[in-house]
Amino acid sequence: MTLQTAMESAIKSGEKAFVPYIMAGDGGLSILRETILRLQHLGVTAIEVGIPFTDPVADGPTIEKAGERALANGVNLRNVLAALKEFAHEVKIPLVAMTYLNPILAYGAAAFAQDAYEAGIRGLIVPDMPLEESSIIHTELSEKEISLIQLVSLTSPTERIAKLAAASEGFIYAVTVNGITGARSVFSNDLAPHFANLKSYSALPVLAGFGISTPEQVEAFGSFSDGVIVGSKIVDALAHNDWETIESLVKASKHAEVN
Amino acid sequence: MKATEKRGYFGEFGGSSVPSDLQNVLDILEENFYRYKDDEEFNRELNYYFEEYVGRKSPLYFAENLTKQCGGAKIYLKREDLNHTGSHKINNVLGQILLAKRMGAKRVIAETGAGQHGVATATVCAMFGIDCTIYMGAEDTKRQSLNVFRMELLGAKVVAVEKGQGRLKDAVDEAFADLVKNYEHTFYLLGSAVGPHPFPSMVKHFQSVISKESKKQHLAKEGKLPAAVLACVGGGSNAIGAFAEYIDEHNVRLIDVEPDQAPTLTEGRPGNLHGFRCIVLQDEEGTPLPTYSIAAGLDYPGVGPEHSYLKTSGRAEYVTVTNEEVLEGFQTLSKVEGIIPALESAHAVAYALTLAPALSAEDSIIVNISGRGDKDVEQVFAMLKK
Amino acid sequence: MTTTTAAGRFGAYGGQFVPETLMTPLLELEKSYEEAKQDPAFQEELHYYLTHYVGRETPLYFAERLTEKIGGAKIYLKREDLNHTGAHKINNALGQALLAIRMGKKKIVAETGAGQHGVATATACALLNLDCIVYMGAEDVKRQALNVFRMELLGAKVISVEKGSATLKDAVNEALRHWVTHIEDTHYILGSALGPHPFPTIVRDFQRVIGDEARIQIQEQEGRLPNAVVACVGGGSNAIGMFYPFIGDRDVKLIGVEAAGAGIETGKHAAAIAGGQKGVLHGAYMYLLQDENGFVQEAHSISAGLDYPAVGPEHCFLSDIGRAAYDSVTDEEALEGVKLLCATEGILPAIESAHAVFYTSKLAATMKKDDIIIVCLSGRGDKDVHTLIDALGGNMR
Repeated sequence: MTLQTAMESAIKSGEKAFVPYIMAGDGGLSILRETILRLQHLGVTAIEVGIPFTDPVADGPTIEKAGERALANGVNLRNVLAALKEFAHEVKIPLVAMTYLNPILAYGAAAFAQDAYEAGIRGLIVPDMPLEESSIIHTELSEKEISLIQLVSLTSPTERIAKLAAASEGFIYAVTVNGITGARSVFSNDLAPHFANLKSYSALPVLAGFGISTPEQVEAFGSFSDGVIVGSKIVDALAHNDWETIESLVKASKHAEVN
Repeated sequence: MKATEKRGYFGEFGGSSVPSDLQNVLDILEENFYRYKDDEEFNRELNYYFEEYVGRKSPLYFAENLTKQCGGAKIYLKREDLNHTGSHKINNVLGQILLAKRMGAKRVIAETGAGQHGVATATVCAMFGIDCTIYMGAEDTKRQSLNVFRMELLGAKVVAVEKGQGRLKDAVDEAFADLVKNYEHTFYLLGSAVGPHPFPSMVKHFQSVISKESKKQHLAKEGKLPAAVLACVGGGSNAIGAFAEYIDEHNVRLIDVEPDQAPTLTEGRPGNLHGFRCIVLQDEEGTPLPTYSIAAGLDYPGVGPEHSYLKTSGRAEYVTVTNEEVLEGFQTLSKVEGIIPALESAHAVAYALTLAPALSAEDSIIVNISGRGDKDVEQVFAMLKK
Repeated sequence: MTTTTAAGRFGAYGGQFVPETLMTPLLELEKSYEEAKQDPAFQEELHYYLTHYVGRETPLYFAERLTEKIGGAKIYLKREDLNHTGAHKINNALGQALLAIRMGKKKIVAETGAGQHGVATATACALLNLDCIVYMGAEDVKRQALNVFRMELLGAKVISVEKGSATLKDAVNEALRHWVTHIEDTHYILGSALGPHPFPTIVRDFQRVIGDEARIQIQEQEGRLPNAVVACVGGGSNAIGMFYPFIGDRDVKLIGVEAAGAGIETGKHAAAIAGGQKGVLHGAYMYLLQDENGFVQEAHSISAGLDYPAVGPEHCFLSDIGRAAYDSVTDEEALEGVKLLCATEGILPAIESAHAVFYTSKLAATMKKDDIIIVCLSGRGDKDVHTLIDALGGNMR
């Protein structure tokens, strides 16, 4: 199943997509399997698997700290992919890797695409690789049918939004705030028209991300998007083994009002 | 008005009252100074080093933000802080070392207080490959160990003077003693416009490049002369250099700014110090009084003879500023113009903050920024964070 | 001539590897910069401040005694150490601050390592009345407390970065994060010829005044161009500024000197061209010190200004096409360079610049007496006296 079909089938069943972000190796690679399978069991649509990096410029403090813990555990792109491959047969939902570009370049784009595919990776988010620079790895990804997801900043000029929406694969990642990852209590009020606008450029599902941290926000965003990505809050909950919070967030996506 | 009526005298001030051994040495120096000061080849070489090595000419910068903040006369800054080694001191040492070379000196000696003149002297000695010894009070070597290191890095030998109180005055005494003993091949490179003749005239001559430049620059920018020129004064070398070309321009006010805790010109009386007559801050018995300036370069109970004369003749004005005002000037210039001045120069800045608002917007004043404040940042840090 | 092969590219190097949120501001910056570049009023204003405030032009000084001592090629020093604030950094900080004003931005963010770029930026902001925030690694804040105070005196707010290795690259990360979250009213003044396009081009253009002046000066003084031009390379801003106007002069050798730290073979160095692989950091594709996982490694150099794990994209390109050569000098050799210039010329160079001085002393010895070398003396060494005392102790002669 490609990333896009997985998203679409979740949405067709009347739910909103829910994609949790986890930092691979936070708590050690040994718990990666358990975490992923348990999230799958809760009914998430896909899982975004973060790869730690030494210079995570797009991340806020929560994910950055999780990354530092993972790095201290000796985690890197190579051993994450190897670990995922071990239990790939048990994972029925698509995985989306989120990694900064340099680890991919060091790995080699073709080798990365091959190993990522075997590890169950169907989508890729590279936060420091805008569309204009994506040719550096795009061909290799396409050959393995790994969708390259574009982040769209809602404050960008219309032509740019249209261009990114048209180029995205799998789904469109709508960045709900100007800035970096991390929980926010306040969002701009006029987000809904932005999402409607975005939908007009592409048939892909549009997911909202950056700053979403409460079940209420999950529901609210669900009312005008196709689903949400929750990062920092999940990372935080996992670090405290707080599955109750995670469950409440996932549940909220199932109540979200369908527009 | 003619300041120098007799060589080495400015009215009753200046002259040379030193032991005859030393007088002989000074006579030779005087003879050479007058031989070379207007020598074409000498000045060609001096000018070459001013431009290529020191980085002259230094800008006369219109401090627009400061002017707006003060709301009065336009304030221009003469940027001696941009010179190589960071102050006006280099002007004088370059001039004197070229003289030393012509006199065949194999060795240069100098005194230093906080180390600025010592570093400047060591610098030019390194450049010309001349053996260099710096006398510095033992107390000062402890407080200014970074500058001691710099002088040594530049190849100078630093002698810590333990005699007396181990301060600048004692270093000067040692340097003169060395000169008397070794005059045949040694040149004493004195740092301020003080001391026996011909030093004050020599230092003024080499420092007057400041006002030669500023006068031209100001005329080019404003089409007229400034209403006033401000400079801080300790011994008075930057001030005499900043004033020199304006002394005969009677419409230009010359303003010396002193620390209120080293108010030599404001409160002193004529007396003798280090072999010359000048205004001295002294008690009833004629003993020089201790001074306490936060700026090491202004911490001196005497002042150059020409400044003494400009005071008694009424040609220049003398004002004092408090430590608080100086720190205010230091911070204001840093914040509004991005220029961190030496604490010495901050005295002149401080008074400009008072003077400018009292003048008309048609007027302009020149403040001599004699040096940069890098050397003082640590001290100010300690004072402000207290 | 230009070395840019596509928008923002120097051969394969450079580009805009940034979060999407930054793309719009970068495109806006590029447009504003292109307009400013063509606008005589902007250039005139910049020139005014460079002349009257910074004290340009800086001399091209014939180092006669250094030349005599080495006994080879004639050595000229481009005296950027005489600039206001003591280094070439002010050329770029002022240019970008003026650009920010033109773009209607009232706030500035910058990163700094030892504090030189931070001081230059704080200075430009004080002068031009802009709010200024400087990010600085916590380790550097400790080591350079006086520079922190200096920036504060100039009205800047200094924020200590505790993350990662708490050094320059982490300060860049934080400055980028700050910029991403404040793009409406804030301009990022990047300090070296690094980062996403258009920064490497902007920084080069503001620093090329060094080479432009030197090229005219040497022709006035010698009636011809030099045989070689030498500059130290960390990120590479003074070097690219020095080299750029000479790129079309095929007979002029361009030599960049990287910091070899304790020695390239020890792994403790900052020589990205000598010891790095191609990769992406802070928005650009360039030579980068990294491990086999693509993780960025810490750089090591006695000079904070060269202590960065990558080198600007235009240098990478000049190296690949062979137009410029890059070599490296160790910490110990750089200290020799400091001593040499102090002893022969009475000039205390920044330890960064001393890398170039040391290299030149070796190079000059292999050349003929009528050959000419220009060295970029990018900054003065006053800031390094503490480091020198620690490194040289009582053993300085």
